[in-house]
Amino acid sequence: MRPTIQILVFILLICVSDLLSAQTTIAGKVTDKKNLLIGVSITLKDTYDGATSDSSGKFSFKTSEKGEFILTATSVGYRPFEQTIKLEGKGTLTIDIVLKEEVTELSAVVLSAGTFEASDKKRAAAVLTPIDIVTTASANGDVTGALKTLPGAQQVGEQEGLFVRGGTAEETKIFIDGTLVNNFFHSSSPNIASYGRFSPFLFKGTVFSTGGYSALYGQALSSALILESIDLPDRTSASLGVSIIGVNGGYQSLSKNKKSSWGGAYSYTNLAPAFAIIKQKQDYSQVPVFHDGDVNFRIKTSATGMLKYYGYFSKSRLDYTVNSIDSLGYLDRFGVSNFNTFHNLSWKEKLGKRWKMYAGISYTLNQDDIISGMQDANKNDVVLDTLKLKTFDLDLTSNYFNGKLIFERRLKGISVIRFGGEYNFSDERSGYTIYNGQKFDGRLKATIKSVFTESDIYLTNALAAKIGGRVEQSSLIDKTNIAPRFSLAYKLSKQAQASLAYGIFYQTPESRYLPSASAANLVFMKATHYIAQYMKVTSVRTFRAEIFYKKYDNLIKTGLVGGRDMAINNNGFGDAKGFELFWRDKKTIKNVDYWISYSYLDTKRDFLNFPYATNPNFAANHTASVVVKKFVQPWKMQFNGAYNYASGRPYYNIRFDGSKYYFADMGKVQDYHNFSVAFNYLPSIGKENAKNFVVYVLSISNAFGIKQVYGYQYSYNGSRKEQIVPPSRVFVYIGAFFSFGIDRSQQTVDRLF
Amino acid sequence: MKKTILILSAIFVASFSFAQMPDKFVKAMESKVAEIDTTHTAQGFTDLANAFERIADAEKNQWLAYYYAAYCNASAGSLIGTGGDMMTSKADKTDPYADKADKQIGKAEELMKNNSEIYVVKKMIATLRLLGDPMNRYMTYGPEAQAMLDEAKKLNAENPRVYILEAQDKYFTPEQFGGNKEEAKVLFEKAQKLFETFKPETSIHPNWGRSQVAYLLSLYK
Repeated sequence: MRPTIQILVFILLICVSDLLSAQTTIAGKVTDKKNLLIGVSITLKDTYDGATSDSSGKFSFKTSEKGEFILTATSVGYRPFEQTIKLEGKGTLTIDIVLKEEVTELSAVVLSAGTFEASDKKRAAAVLTPIDIVTTASANGDVTGALKTLPGAQQVGEQEGLFVRGGTAEETKIFIDGTLVNNFFHSSSPNIASYGRFSPFLFKGTVFSTGGYSALYGQALSSALILESIDLPDRTSASLGVSIIGVNGGYQSLSKNKKSSWGGAYSYTNLAPAFAIIKQKQDYSQVPVFHDGDVNFRIKTSATGMLKYYGYFSKSRLDYTVNSIDSLGYLDRFGVSNFNTFHNLSWKEKLGKRWKMYAGISYTLNQDDIISGMQDANKNDVVLDTLKLKTFDLDLTSNYFNGKLIFERRLKGISVIRFGGEYNFSDERSGYTIYNGQKFDGRLKATIKSVFTESDIYLTNALAAKIGGRVEQSSLIDKTNIAPRFSLAYKLSKQAQASLAYGIFYQTPESRYLPSASAANLVFMKATHYIAQYMKVTSVRTFRAEIFYKKYDNLIKTGLVGGRDMAINNNGFGDAKGFELFWRDKKTIKNVDYWISYSYLDTKRDFLNFPYATNPNFAANHTASVVVKKFVQPWKMQFNGAYNYASGRPYYNIRFDGSKYYFADMGKVQDYHNFSVAFNYLPSIGKENAKNFVVYVLSISNAFGIKQVYGYQYSYNGSRKEQIVPPSRVFVYIGAFFSFGIDRSQQTVDRLF
Repeated sequence: MKKTILILSAIFVASFSFAQMPDKFVKAMESKVAEIDTTHTAQGFTDLANAFERIADAEKNQWLAYYYAAYCNASAGSLIGTGGDMMTSKADKTDPYADKADKQIGKAEELMKNNSEIYVVKKMIATLRLLGDPMNRYMTYGPEAQAMLDEAKKLNAENPRVYILEAQDKYFTPEQFGGNKEEAKVLFEKAQKLFETFKPETSIHPNWGRSQVAYLLSLYK
């Protein structure tokens, strides 16, 4: 027995030594020319042999293979390396590998001048997620409320909308899934800002462009807010909410195969209980009541395709009086009832290897029935002879249809070219009945047809350009424009980058000043943007500084025609310049996330009925916000605070002397301060498999009751002026929200306010 | 006699399991699989992941090689993503590992469907995604991780690794968020008990986790 084993061992040894002698060593180091690369996987293709580069970028391995082989080296962010080598079963082969950087979306510079982008994947720390919006104390759960804490937007409180870099609210257009939204906000009342119609939780991505935006969008002189709706929900769920302002409920069903979903929600808002506690400046005969309902379905049409539908229905009314500024002892009455329905259908699909398609249509029907008048002290409607024009009834019915189609083709690397077209149709009817029953009907039908193209060109990871252009044709003024857009971004370091943007933006004169008087030959209003930006982003901190110059041309001027402000020519002009800073930090203080923004704005314009170019009443020179969020884990409480500041805005009394407009009075209001706080208590957070989730909310706007003045309004004869202030100094909100079937706090935080 | 039959049948089962595995493959795998329980660094797991990937790519039809490559990438990513606070996004560092692991476990699943071990790794990947950006991702990847774990348990309730992951979640989650060290201990003990009777199909089938359980249980003493 023994000798046999010895022989076997001997034979084995011979074999092993033979094997050993037939090995080749492959060694070397991996670099990207500048730096040593660690963790690169080096493989002798189709064999088990290989190594991983160590902390000094070196690798070494032995192989007993012989003949021609391909040596590969792969690492995330680099293009794969391949080299044919010849193995002779002996000696050492030294191969130094140089990897070339791959241009990828994650590593490439971002074309960011003028925009704040938030999406679920990219640079999450940079901006605002839905959670950020609902937990921004001063935002009151409103999308635009949160955006007002970013640089570029004004703290205008007497009117809804985003006033960006010296532009009016009308110069900001809002898009959902690519198509224009015509009535983003609830119907407005004089000197009261209305809320947005849509919950922040409908959107997964937000791009807030304060200038220099993409050629895919148009008809906005100042800014574009581009919202992308969510895809499929995570699971089936139901939600319920009760608060001081109403109740709401919703249901979302996800199909078993997770390829489609449907759902709906309804909310009833009645401000009677809140107004009973918090005294309002207005005396309501009909407190604001809103019925909002929505339905949706989403279908995954392929691995990459998605079809989404969102439908929205809303009915609301309110009616109130305030002490009349015109006549002592009398009241001004204002009432509006609104019906709105909005439908959006969008489809994105990958067509083949290089092509993508985005298609979207939306339809809006909006009906406003507005009543204006005067009442005596006993609330009887009266018509005073000198103020009879204050009594009227205005019925507005608007139909809007928007369609958009974009094709995208991938070029080399991640460079792409996009092109497509957009079609906007509007049909606005107005019925204006004055005090004596006389009726004036108006109707304005218009289309805007646009085609556009744009290319994102990534030359390297460090240098990228976006070049595009847009052609628009407006039926209303029967004119066509060509709007070039250009931006450039250069990466200065791994985290820092510099960008530039330039673009021309056109907008058709607003329909409320049309049809133009005496067949004036109107043209597009025009803005030219120049933006330079520096940005440094890490996963926990963002710093962004931007300077801009914006030139306005061909703004419309209005004249009094038959008691109505009507467009007379395009002789208006203006400019805006300034700089903005933004700093967000989630790291320095533990469990505290805060951001600070500051904007300096210097703007002048001559437009509408302005006698000459001056700082408009909606633009403050200095605007700043501080937003702080702290989650205290042991208490399951989140504390949110926000402070908003704006330096005093100018105010004007513009009067007509029979031949021209003049400033009868002007001044500056006091600085604006607003401290808001909110507490969210989430008792069920972290409970394993919690099927039900509950959130309690307490929020206080303008917590210290600081007096806020937005401007001044003047009596009909100009002899009296009165401050425009919020309806109440402080507003308190209390609510409780439940969601069933899922462990997901977001769903319940939905529609917080 | 009984014993002989048992041994014979064991040999038979083992040889059947090995039947479709080339010798060279088994040997290469054995040496790498042995390293798993002694690897504790991200770099170590990256090296192993690359080694398994080489084997997987050379063989192309061995699910275990892809499985281990995915497991090692998920482990490397988890080690990189651990630490820091809830607010912080580390996705730029951890996602490349999750991406790789995702691809590899997908290939493993193509070759071996309805396997509890594969769902264990899928659960690890979902947790790794969550770890990358907890604040923004827990609503997406929290439920997904749970679903993967449920599936792993459904496919094999006797798989000790299912309970290790469950126990680790309990152990490392802060108490306010549902963590519970005592409940974790019960689960660790359950895993330990299952290991007593757990026999991997072959020497290279998943058998990791013993040392983790032993280590974590030692912390209770």
